[in-house]
Amino acid sequence: MVIAEHRGKEMLRSNGIAVPEGSIAATPAEAAAAARALGSPVVIKAQVSTGGRGKAGGVAFAGDSEGAEREAARLLGSEIAGYRVTKVLVERRVDAARELYAAIANDAAAKSPVVLFSTEGGVDVERASAASAGSLLQRVVDIRLGFDASDAWVMLEGAALGERVRARVAEVLAELYRQYRALDLELLEINPLALDQEGRLWALDCKLSMDESARVRHRAFADEAERWLGPTGTPLEREAKARGLLYVELDGDVGVLTNGAGLGMATVDAVDFLGGRPANFLEIGGNAYTQAAPALELLLANPRVRSVVVIFCGAFARTDVMTEGVAAAVERLHPAVPMFFSIHGTGQENARALARDRLGVEPFERMDDAVLAAVAAARAQASRAAVS
Amino acid sequence: MIARGSEAVLVQGITGDQGSFWTARMMACGTRIVAGSSPGKRGRSVHGVPVYDSAVDACAHAVIDAAVLFTPPLATKRAALDALEAGIGKIVVLTEHVPVHDVMEVLAEAAARGARVVGPNTAGLVTPGEASLGFMPAFDERIFRPGSVGVVARSGSLGTLTCLNVVRAGLGESAFIGVGGDPILGTTILDALRALENDPRTKAAVVIGEVGGVMEEAACEFIAAMAKPVVAFVAGRTAPPGRRMGHAGAIAEGDRGSAESKVRALRGAGARVLNTPTEVGDALHQVLRG
Repeated sequence: MVIAEHRGKEMLRSNGIAVPEGSIAATPAEAAAAARALGSPVVIKAQVSTGGRGKAGGVAFAGDSEGAEREAARLLGSEIAGYRVTKVLVERRVDAARELYAAIANDAAAKSPVVLFSTEGGVDVERASAASAGSLLQRVVDIRLGFDASDAWVMLEGAALGERVRARVAEVLAELYRQYRALDLELLEINPLALDQEGRLWALDCKLSMDESARVRHRAFADEAERWLGPTGTPLEREAKARGLLYVELDGDVGVLTNGAGLGMATVDAVDFLGGRPANFLEIGGNAYTQAAPALELLLANPRVRSVVVIFCGAFARTDVMTEGVAAAVERLHPAVPMFFSIHGTGQENARALARDRLGVEPFERMDDAVLAAVAAARAQASRAAVS
Repeated sequence: MIARGSEAVLVQGITGDQGSFWTARMMACGTRIVAGSSPGKRGRSVHGVPVYDSAVDACAHAVIDAAVLFTPPLATKRAALDALEAGIGKIVVLTEHVPVHDVMEVLAEAAARGARVVGPNTAGLVTPGEASLGFMPAFDERIFRPGSVGVVARSGSLGTLTCLNVVRAGLGESAFIGVGGDPILGTTILDALRALENDPRTKAAVVIGEVGGVMEEAACEFIAAMAKPVVAFVAGRTAPPGRRMGHAGAIAEGDRGSAESKVRALRGAGARVLNTPTEVGDALHQVLRG
């Protein structure tokens, strides 16, 4: 889960890393007041849970409170990469003599944390690092031993930094690593880490993402951070999340219900490949296999759905339990849309009998045939709707 | 990392509902389960298997080659470190939602000890007719039958469908290796392919990848040099960027981790890439003939 820049910066500040003075505004008037209080040129930054904000126009500069009000009015209510902007951060503008880059990340290839540092920070480090890989220092950390300021000092050998700055950067890197470990982060990135005329370091941005699986360890922090950022996703996606279901809304009309992430993705792909348009990704694998009834209810609450394809291929997830849930939901809701099944694996005899006896449908042997039938049915429904 | 019937297996978390349920099923597939462990449950027996307090405790009483973990997410690090401390050389972690920092700690310790970890978030390993370490439906002969196709999959559900299609095509499996759906894994697709290339019973390999990470791309140099043909499928071609598709590891950001990037790399390495998992049978017959 992504933590907003503002929350990340509060965390940095309370751990001794300097961030520019600033405050949050939810209206243009608040932004003007914030700029007036700072009494200096300001930066106005949209607080959204996505990266690439600078490129998407989510960061603006203003010389005075009128400018701040104007830029805040432009940003608030706009959308950045699908996320609505409801808050902006109004910050004192720090003049950077140099822009550096610092990050701690999970390195899947090394299966370890990696500390990254470059004397060439800026807007697009991924591209810059590919172009000037020489300036990017990387140090893979043995997570059992950790990473402290003396490790960072050694790592910074060869970086074009004076001794005093090098020591300060080493402290910052060590502190970032401590926070990364303490909060089970996937990524903690400061870009840029600015060096001002007086030789002070400032975190001008903070990108922070927490491991969803570790959320239970940091519940108060994570819940508060999520509340602060406000709801994301469509209303159905929010409801799915509240019910603990893995649901992604898409813009088509063929509803998809499966067990397992891989099977779910493959079925959504098959709908697309076989000429249809998937309405959603929804999987009830793992321990969620008892949740077929609420899952189907959620899927059918999308008014665009014209047909449903149910693909179960159960190992751990028992297909009889899942099909029983589907039957229960169908008997309660009497959906008007046709449903098509393909069922294999653990419990398949009982599951197929349930589909026949309670739903009156014969499951297809092959997944592609069930998908094709659902695609054809959605198309037929669409043309009927167009005629009437 | 190919499961063998000769291996003596410890089930950690054996007294839980799932541990107990799947212990019976794994044994029915021929798996030699010689011990179980659950903290505080020493002296019990599950399906005739003696239970110990820990892996270290179990290893004091039996020779153990592999451990299978049916442990809750936050208890998994301790259980895996226990197995490593006991000197067990192969550890299959089925648990989903293990915090990634815990996973990295376990993998660092395993690397230092020269032990192999499979998973986490894997459905396990199956060698039909020999053994099953995990919760794949290895007991179902419509899905698993001894043969010459090695299947490597990030997803258990899609791996199951693939194996069903392999058997439906009149073929069988030499090994199923579930590498798992997490972003950081003990065993990668590349590791699994190396094992299949060296396995005399395997004549062809199937790779079931998905969006997220660069594990498929990282295997391509090896695939290009393999003597055995490779058939591949990548799930998530229509996955919207930046959205997590069920698995913690299934998220594409920009071109990195996208299905297109993986399909392109796999094709470039000479793998035969499928449009849907249903095509796997025909594709295997063709590459095995060629």
